[in-house]
Order: sequence, then structure tokens, then C-alpha cells
Amino acid sequence: MTNQEANEIILNIRNLKVRYETQDGIVKAVNGVDLTLRKKRTLGLVGETGAGKTTTALAIMRLVPNPPGVVECDKLEIGGQDILSLPEHKLEHVRGNDVSMIFQDPMTALNPVFTVGDQIAESLEIHEHLSVKDAKERAGDMLELVGIPRERANEYPHQFSGGMKQRVVIAIALACNPQLLLADEPTTALDVTIQAQVLELMNELKEKYDTSMIMITHDLGCVAEVCDEVAVMYAGRIVEEGTLEDVFNRTMHPYTEGLFNSLPNIKDRKAKLKPIKGLMPDPTNLPVGCSFAPRCNYATDACLIAQPQLRSISQTHRIACTAYDNPEFHIERRIL
Amino acid sequence: MYRYILKRLLMLIPVLLGVAFLIFAIMDVAAGDPVYSVAGADATPEQIEVLREKMGLNGSLIERYIRYIGNLLRGDLGTSYISKLDVMKVYLQRLPNTLKLATLTMIVAVGMAIPLGITAAVHQNSIRDTTSMVLALIGLSMPNFWLGLLLILFFSLRLGWFPTGGSEGFRSIVLPAITVGTSLAALLTRTTRSSMLDVLRQDYLRTARAKGVSERNVIQKHALRNALIPIITIFGVQFSNVLGGSVLAETVFAWPGVGRLVVDAIDQRDIPTVTGALVMTTMLVTIVNLLVDLVYAFVDPRIKAQYTK
Ligand SMILES: Nc1ncnc2c1ncn2[C@@H]1O[C@H](COP(=O)(O)OP(=O)(O)OP(=O)(O)O)[C@@H](O)[C@H]1O
Ligand SMILES: [Mg+2]
Repeated sequence: MTNQEANEIILNIRNLKVRYETQDGIVKAVNGVDLTLRKKRTLGLVGETGAGKTTTALAIMRLVPNPPGVVECDKLEIGGQDILSLPEHKLEHVRGNDVSMIFQDPMTALNPVFTVGDQIAESLEIHEHLSVKDAKERAGDMLELVGIPRERANEYPHQFSGGMKQRVVIAIALACNPQLLLADEPTTALDVTIQAQVLELMNELKEKYDTSMIMITHDLGCVAEVCDEVAVMYAGRIVEEGTLEDVFNRTMHPYTEGLFNSLPNIKDRKAKLKPIKGLMPDPTNLPVGCSFAPRCNYATDACLIAQPQLRSISQTHRIACTAYDNPEFHIERRIL
Repeated sequence: MYRYILKRLLMLIPVLLGVAFLIFAIMDVAAGDPVYSVAGADATPEQIEVLREKMGLNGSLIERYIRYIGNLLRGDLGTSYISKLDVMKVYLQRLPNTLKLATLTMIVAVGMAIPLGITAAVHQNSIRDTTSMVLALIGLSMPNFWLGLLLILFFSLRLGWFPTGGSEGFRSIVLPAITVGTSLAALLTRTTRSSMLDVLRQDYLRTARAKGVSERNVIQKHALRNALIPIITIFGVQFSNVLGGSVLAETVFAWPGVGRLVVDAIDQRDIPTVTGALVMTTMLVTIVNLLVDLVYAFVDPRIKAQYTK
């Protein structure tokens, strides 16, 4: 592999904004997100519920429901192709072919009236123009790949357990070898033993097919297991991003620190959990200043004035936090 | 699956027997003793007894019922008091007309309702949705005979495209089918819309879109198939109704179907014809119900799984 290939950029997003215009107000779900993902890399997108992770992934697929969703973006490229200017019928060629998504809830992600085999075969028929018979054959291969006997291709989703449904959803997403895979909490609906199996499976498949991946999760353990890079999202913004080591071992943002402090510590079981106090701000009514300031232990008046911009700390590590204007500032991150 | 069908067919027998008994008992109570009216005012009691026996009206209700069922099994529904014709023959003569009208009516209804309902659901709260729903409301509230008369005025008398009535081949059936079909389409449109609205929210449509399925196929293949069950239910009820004959349309268009046969027979207190036609219609309706249940299984594998259990 040449150096140039290694640096090939698969996903490039600049200033992504998504809002949902509902009757109760305008939900500002994503507020200016930049993301860059290189070939074969896996980015973990973490953040608590409502941070805008799913919405970001849907925006990449151009699948934010409209109404109520409105997407604004300066740049959205997948594998060098400009996705923003594509008309709907061209987008259909991109979806499932260049970029696929594994959805959050496997229980509802499959169509109950079609066999799982047909549901896997469908994208092969669309993108690789296979005959029904060949597509079925390949669908059987895909099932085996995710550890389900191919004979079960003729069964319906209701005949499958949750873990098997998740495997089917993965098989659908991988059927056409996409360059980019968006995995939206692929394991949260599963029990722990199955979780580990599915993660391992995804790691294997990623290696095998050179897929780049965005792994959306709020499970930091899962991030440590599969991700090369991490982006921490809060109230629709990225507050810290960097390599796995940057974010895990050289944590800088108070919110990221809070996330780690909310985890139980096995070495010191008597230590009290320190969950982040308070709740995420109402996305219909975000504060002018840093959205995390109301919950932040380090917040000063300066934090309430303006939204902090992402700044580079090192080649790979970036954070958005006003407190670092003071060169003396540091967080008291507990060492795991 | 076959065992389920067999079970359902066997269950038809008690249902039919029960319904036949009800019809039989009600007609017995409601119509009074027809022997006197047939015999005339100056018949002697002996003549009346002879006539009663000849008409098969002797014995208790139960005895007569059992005799009736015995005859029914041989395909004999008795003879009309009025025309003295074989009731089964008369019914079978009318049945094809009703079947033709019912079929075309349902084609018209479905042909209007499914596209309108889908459009309304896909463009919820838009002008297209409102238009569809207003059309459906008009269809629902417009009296059948009135629409029938309007259609006759315009298409028969003004344009001369279709006959005003009677049964002269396909052209005679068009206006009555549109008349009845329109009124049925109203409910069917609303059902399609609400069922589609339910399905359009489902996550699996997003999965389909994420696969690269075209929006048209997302709606027509993935969504519609899931929305079909309530639509088929309403369809089955409506189809059953029109199989009993669409009396108003048959009257307005002088269409010789089963509905008019029954209504005329009621007018003339022609009990064998009324009972016979109702029993036959019941049989048809139960068969349609069975077919509807089988279609459910065909559309939704989860229902099929229940049947085979
Ligand atoms: N279709 C929608 N209509 C209105 N608001 C929406 C819609 N979808 C999402 N939202 C809102 O947008 C915000 C971000 O939602 P999103 O689903 O992206 O969060 P998330 O980070 O994926 O959360 P989770 O971890 O719970 O999946 C939330 O406040 C949510 O309520
Ligand atoms: Mg989510």
C-alpha cells in the first residue's frame, strides 16, 4: 500500500447542520460538525443520548426525514464524490453501494413481510445487477459470513432472535462491500455475550473488506475495542476529537472527563461514581455560550459568552473549550 | 396450511346450518301463513290442508327446517310462490350478473382508493392529501342513487356512451360499477391512507432506503405490502356486501342482479325465493371470508405462522 493510498480520504464533512422543525419548536440536532475519515480507519462517535449522533449518520446518507428535518452543509464528500449536489436517483446508487448504515434497533430494522434472504439480496440486485437467483446465492454467502446457516435465508425476521436480526442487518449493510460503513450502536440492543461476538465479527469484516467505519455508541469500552479515532459529541457539536490515545489517555475536555468518570472503576469499587450533574440543554433552546458550561465544574463567566471553537492541541488532537485560553488550565482526569 | 383450510371448510357447515335456520325462522315469523293467500278466500279447510302439504308447509318449524336442509343438499331451494319457477334456477340466472357487477365495482373501488390513499399518506397534510380526503368525503356522503342518476344524465343521455340501464353486455355494467365503486372507494381510501401512515413511520423503510431502494419501490413494495392487511379486511367486507347485490344501483340501472331478486321477492312475500337467495348469499360470503383469511396469510408471514401452528 502506498502512502498516498493510506491517506485517502473516504469521508469529508464541513459544517454540517441539521435542525428538525417541529410544532414544539426548532430542534437544533447538529450544529456545525466537521469530520474527516481516512481509508480503513474507524472513527468512534460518542456522546450521550440526544447528542445528534444518529442524525449525523442519517445526514451522511442523505436520509434525514424531511419534513421535519432540514440539512445545511458546506461540504459532504464520500470517496471524493460530492454527495450534496447529487439528485435523488443518483443518491440511490450511492446508498447501500458506497455507504451503508447499520441501524440502532435491529428489532424494527427488518421488513416483516420479506424473507431475510430477499432483504439481503435486494441491494445486490439493485447495485450489482445480479439475477434473482445469483443474488439469492450471494445472500446465502453473506448469511454464512455473519454466522447464520444459509438454509435460513428463506425464513422471515420474526423467526430470528434479536442477535441474529442484528447479524442480518449487518449482512445487508455489507452485501455490496461499501467503502464506508456507518454503524449506529450496532450492539446496544444485544446482550453482553452477543455484543462481543458482533463486535468481533465487525472487526473481522472490516479487515477483510478494507471498509472505513464510523462507530456510533455511548459505550466507551466498545470504542476502545474497535476504534482508531474518537470524536466526542455534545449537543450537536464535536467537543473533542483525536486518536484513541489522545482522547482516552490525554483527555482534555471536561465533558469527556465526565464521561469517563461516569464509568464504574473495577480497581476501586468503593469509589463513588461521579456522573455528570444535570441534563443536556434542550436542543430547541441552546445557550449562547458553551452548551456544556451549565454542567461543567470548571466553567467560568468566559464560557457563557461565546461558543468555543475547535482548536488543535497536537497534529491529531482537537478540543473546543474556552478554559484552555488560560495556559495554566488542566482537568483532574482520574487515571483508569 | 392445508389443514387450516380443511378446518375452516368444515367450520363452514355449522355456520351455514345456523344462518339458514335463522333466516328460516325469521321468515316464518315475519311472513305469516302464506297458504291462505295462495289458496284464495273461498277455499275450504280441506283444500287448504291439501295445499299446505303440497307447498311443504306442514309440520313444525323444526321438521320443515330439516326437510329444507335435506332438499338444499340436493340443490333444491323449492319453487317460487309467484312465478312457480325453480328458485335455484332463478338465483343461478341472476348470480352471474351480480358477480360481474361486484367484481367490476371492486376493481373500480380499489383502482381509485389505493392510489388516492397512498398519495394522501405520502404527502400527508399537503394539498394532495386534503384533496384526496375531500374526494373521499364526497364519495362517502353522496347518495348512491343520486350519483347513479347524474352518471346516467351525463354519460347516457348527453353523451350516449353507455346505455341507461338493462344488461346488454359490458357497456351496461360500467355506470353501475362506477356508481357503487365510488361510494366504496371512499372508505377504502381512508383505510389505505391511515394504514400507510402507520407503515411510513416504520424503521424498516429507512433500512430499505439505506440499501438504495428507489423511493417508488420503498412505497409500492416495502410499505404497501405491510399496509395491506386492514385494506384487505375492508375490501372483504365490501365485496361481501356487493355479492348480496347492490339494490339501489340495480334499481336505478335496471340491472337484473340478486339484490333486486330478493327485494322483489320480499315485496311479493315470495318466501322460498327470499330464503333461498339469502342462504346462497350467506354461503358466498362465508367463502369470501375464508379467501380473505387465506390472503392474509399470503401477505403476512406472521399470520401464516399462526395458521400452521
Ligand atoms: N424525526 C425527528 N423529529 C424531531 N426531532 C428529532 C427527530 N429525530 C431526532 N430528533 C431530535 O434530534 C436530537 C438528536 O437526535 P439523535 O437521534 O441524532 O440523537 P442520538 O445522539 O442518536 O441519541 P441516541 O444515543 O439516543 O440514539 C434529539 O433531541 C432528538 O429528539
Ligand atoms: Mg441514535
